[in-house]
Amino acid sequence: MSEVTITRAPATGMITLRGDLSNVALQTAVTTLTGTGFPQQREILHEGERSVAWMAPDELLLLLPHAEAQATVAQLSQSLTDIPHLVAEVSDARSLFRLSGPGVREVLAKGAPIDLSPMAFQPRHIRRTRLGQVAAALWMVDADTFCLICFRSVTEYVDTFLATAAREGSLPNHF
Amino acid sequence: MSTRLATGGVLIDRTAPVHFTFNGQKHRAFQGDTLASALLANGHRMVGRSFKYHRPRGLVAAGVEEPNALMNLGFGDTFEPNQRATTTEVFEGLTARSQNHWPSLRFDVGAINARLSRFLPAGFYYKTFLQPRAAWKHLFEPVIRQSAGLGAAPAAEARDPDTYEHFYAYTDVLVIGGGVAGLTAARGAAGGGAQVLLIEQTAALGGRALVDGAQIDGLEGPDWVARTGAGLDQLPNLRVRTRTMGAGIYDHGYVLAYERLTDHAPGAPGPRHRLWRIRAKHIITATGAIERPLAFAGNDLPGVMLASAVRDYVGLYGVSPGDRTVLVTNNDDAYRTALTLLDAGLTVPAILDARPQVTGALPDELRARGVRVEAGRGLAKAMGTTHVTHAAVCAQAGEGAVLETIACECIAMSGGWSPAVHLWSHCGGKLTWDDAQALFRPDPARAPTGADGKPFVSTAGAASGALHATEAVEDAAKAGQTVAASLGQDGPEPALAAVNAPPEAPIKPVWLMPQGAGTELRAKAFLDFQNDVKVSDVQLAAQEGFESVEHAKRYTTLGMATDQGKLSNINGLAILSDALGQPIPQTGTTTFRPPYTPISMGGIAGEARGALFKPTRKTPIDTWLDANGAHWEPVADWRRPYAIRRQGESVASAVRREILNTRGNVGLLDASTLGKILVKGPDAAKFLDLIYTNMMSSLKPGRCRYGLMCTENGFLFDDGVVARLSEDSFLCHTTSGGSDRVHGWMEEWLQTEWWDLQVYTANLTEQFAQIAVVGPKARQVLERLGGLDVSRDALPFMGWAEGSLSQIPARVFRISFSGELSYEVAVPAGRGLEFWEKCLDAGADLGIQPYGTEALHVMRAEKGFIMIGDETDGTVTPHDLNLSWAVSKKKDDFIGKRAMERSYLNAPDRKQLVGLATLESKTVLPDGAHAVEGAKKVNGMENMIGHVTSTYYSPTLDRSIAMGLIKGGARRMGQILEFPVDKGVTIKARVVDPVFLDKEGARQDV
Repeated sequence: MSEVTITRAPATGMITLRGDLSNVALQTAVTTLTGTGFPQQREILHEGERSVAWMAPDELLLLLPHAEAQATVAQLSQSLTDIPHLVAEVSDARSLFRLSGPGVREVLAKGAPIDLSPMAFQPRHIRRTRLGQVAAALWMVDADTFCLICFRSVTEYVDTFLATAAREGSLPNHF
Repeated sequence: MSTRLATGGVLIDRTAPVHFTFNGQKHRAFQGDTLASALLANGHRMVGRSFKYHRPRGLVAAGVEEPNALMNLGFGDTFEPNQRATTTEVFEGLTARSQNHWPSLRFDVGAINARLSRFLPAGFYYKTFLQPRAAWKHLFEPVIRQSAGLGAAPAAEARDPDTYEHFYAYTDVLVIGGGVAGLTAARGAAGGGAQVLLIEQTAALGGRALVDGAQIDGLEGPDWVARTGAGLDQLPNLRVRTRTMGAGIYDHGYVLAYERLTDHAPGAPGPRHRLWRIRAKHIITATGAIERPLAFAGNDLPGVMLASAVRDYVGLYGVSPGDRTVLVTNNDDAYRTALTLLDAGLTVPAILDARPQVTGALPDELRARGVRVEAGRGLAKAMGTTHVTHAAVCAQAGEGAVLETIACECIAMSGGWSPAVHLWSHCGGKLTWDDAQALFRPDPARAPTGADGKPFVSTAGAASGALHATEAVEDAAKAGQTVAASLGQDGPEPALAAVNAPPEAPIKPVWLMPQGAGTELRAKAFLDFQNDVKVSDVQLAAQEGFESVEHAKRYTTLGMATDQGKLSNINGLAILSDALGQPIPQTGTTTFRPPYTPISMGGIAGEARGALFKPTRKTPIDTWLDANGAHWEPVADWRRPYAIRRQGESVASAVRREILNTRGNVGLLDASTLGKILVKGPDAAKFLDLIYTNMMSSLKPGRCRYGLMCTENGFLFDDGVVARLSEDSFLCHTTSGGSDRVHGWMEEWLQTEWWDLQVYTANLTEQFAQIAVVGPKARQVLERLGGLDVSRDALPFMGWAEGSLSQIPARVFRISFSGELSYEVAVPAGRGLEFWEKCLDAGADLGIQPYGTEALHVMRAEKGFIMIGDETDGTVTPHDLNLSWAVSKKKDDFIGKRAMERSYLNAPDRKQLVGLATLESKTVLPDGAHAVEGAKKVNGMENMIGHVTSTYYSPTLDRSIAMGLIKGGARRMGQILEFPVDKGVTIKARVVDPVFLDKEGARQDV
């Protein structure tokens, strides 16, 4: 596994927010909280330890320090009282992996049926897709580093999948 | 005798010898050889026996179309049968054995079949069904099974040590085929910056340019290929991948490509095969053409080869197929083989050309070199027993009277060329018959079309029907540029390569040689070498009424072998057309289906084997359970403990212990797999009233209610407890296997039907570990953990509370699936194990023990609670299960309401849920046992009135208990039913109330 290093990230706070993403009050509530802009389709924005990702036309994912998640859920609910919405903590429902190394795109392209070439996928992009047989979402942190989230129950599968895909001498050198 | 020539062979490296074994004999070959060229170089002209008649067979071709040279390759764990010698690169230590013979290749007992050939006509297999039934069972089936199959099956205990994988790639243009046309098209397509991926099935680029002698841009073929290949490598937007075959083209530009990485280098790191799953905006197939054999008697003898194959063996590998080669042809291209042979110093005693006049530039060149060219001549037959010894010459126009015999070791035949249209055809590309060239070629006006109605596949070069090198280059250049332009990425027009190759005179189609061949000759003229189908078989099929080419194919097995008719297809349908007296295009071709050539099962499976075969979902308590004796069972994609065994304990006694302890003391269940869906919004209550059969809007915050979900047809498909969290939010529990399905179901209704409702959902199943603390001492355990008032008054039955237990944030639901005092506690998944262990500690002196799914099942059955999937099977309504109380009569609508009003769903004799108490209290009914009643039916079957849906031995009641769905069950209370479970064994059971324990519910409401 010389080409790509795979690590499990420590517990990260994650919050699912569903609502009308075109609602200005909702946008403001989110950006005030994260200090980022508001993400466009398939976009993820970061500011310090906080990120906000577009997950669906009516769904966002907020990432933040684990310890702050619970309070933030309450805070968000409070600021969105007048807007139909759903906010829920999902920190424990998911596992977060970090993959880095020059072959990282190819390791992921063995399991994710999306265009991971540098022309198509860059930092700021996020895709909900699958890895092998399980659901996953992935985004880039920098040119050689990806983050991947999967459901908690399949962590072991994803771990084994990535280790298998990153085996020495197995990258196609396509990208 | 075939042998290695002293010089020549553009693909082999004579400084790198390798050694391999064939049928136990050690041989030498060179790096770059295929197993086929290596065998030929070592004098092996006979490489196998045929499938049906066990006739001796040799190499016919040099590429993927080879029908005969199939080998048992390797041994032990890496053994593989049916490997094509022509596409197997030789490597040090390769071990091959020929197939389909016993006891040896030279002496084969099965060859007796050839003498019996008149008893094995076309459709033999189907005709065996017409015989008396006994004949099939005792005669035909054993014989057919004995002779079926080619290679040996791998040993049952063999385990493939290699690895395989998939890879997803996206590209603007995919070019399939790395010959002159593919290289030209790729260069053109990439000129304006489009991303281009070129794949070539063999290890070397160049295709026929390596041997056909055309000069391109003033360079010899191999030099031009080398220069062009190097040039392409410089382009950042063009990628070239050899040993990668385009296997299939599917809708939306989806292509499967099959890369063979280490077949030629066993032991090298990395996967053996990689299946590329490519999305291309446009595909160019530059797949070339495949030469057709000629149908003459004895054309299957070892030594009879395609003219192009002879050229390949000499030119690519420096191998002579024999000192003397007679060429038989109906076209000019085959003359190139004679030139190659002469240049290699070999002899061409005669060229037999079926055309009455032979006037082309290539024939003239041969004549000038002193070769005897005979016009209007053909072969009456190839003579010899295990290999060719003589060619018997006749007039093509006649019936096969032999004019002379010519001694020879090799006969090179050419019936013309057929474009490899397979990939073009996979996704609906149509063909047109080109009379002048006697071939089917892709019809650009009827290309495979994409979602936008525009073609997404084009062809280039010989694959388009542009057989001559000059035309092929022009066609390919145009294809590349047109595709680039269609993608808006056209570049500067590249200089067209100048091809110097002699012009060719027209072909004359020859489907049978000689034209008037009689019965005897036709019965030896092979069309499909691998499946032993002869001209006479196809003619018989036509005579017996098989007019459709698809029917004739299946009746005769023409084209159904592992080569999928690459050599036989066109010749066979031409013979069929002739027999039916109709033109070839009217007969048409059979359907081309992927893959182009067989791909490995390993490649298809990819990484999905062993630990990655199927994901197993694991709960936060999984590691603890695994370390403490869990006997696992799959529950949907989860693994759950059936029971948690103690040292030396049987599974059955563990289950019994867990039940008695839970009913007597307190048990702990990992219920984390239960689905948990948050439904929130101003219209959440309204939405759930539509989703569930019962009323959810009347539920008060802080309370729970058991609910049922039905399909539109009124059939129950999921159940669970709903907790109202607040005025506008609910938490819906689902079955373990149903969480994703129910969440998807809710989203579908919200997005497609009730988009006006202001509701959002989230599947929070995995956010929480859910631990059930169950039994008379459950409250004590939670009280010891502390932090939340769990008293009867503060938290009554069917209520829920939020707070923390032992400093862990928790939501506590007072719900019960066992009939006992029970708390289901949801904590953040990350703290699930901590909570579990705290419960075990707190309850240690109370006798707390974990229990598994079987104890859960038995306890719920004792209480008469249904289980989705046991008591339901997609045809059961809530009313059938005595759950009418959970179907609202007040609501205007809910999913399934209308369906439940249909008369059939209200019929009194529907199967209804009852309890079943066996008369012998220790006898447990088998699961699924049928109850029968009255006289047998007219067909002799018992009159079945229902079946057992759940059945257990209840340690609590010390007797067997069961539930079943029985016709008119509600009216049968007290009746005794009969369940015949084996010959002469019938179990009798009384119909009783399905609630066996604590009907009034006193135990859970304390």
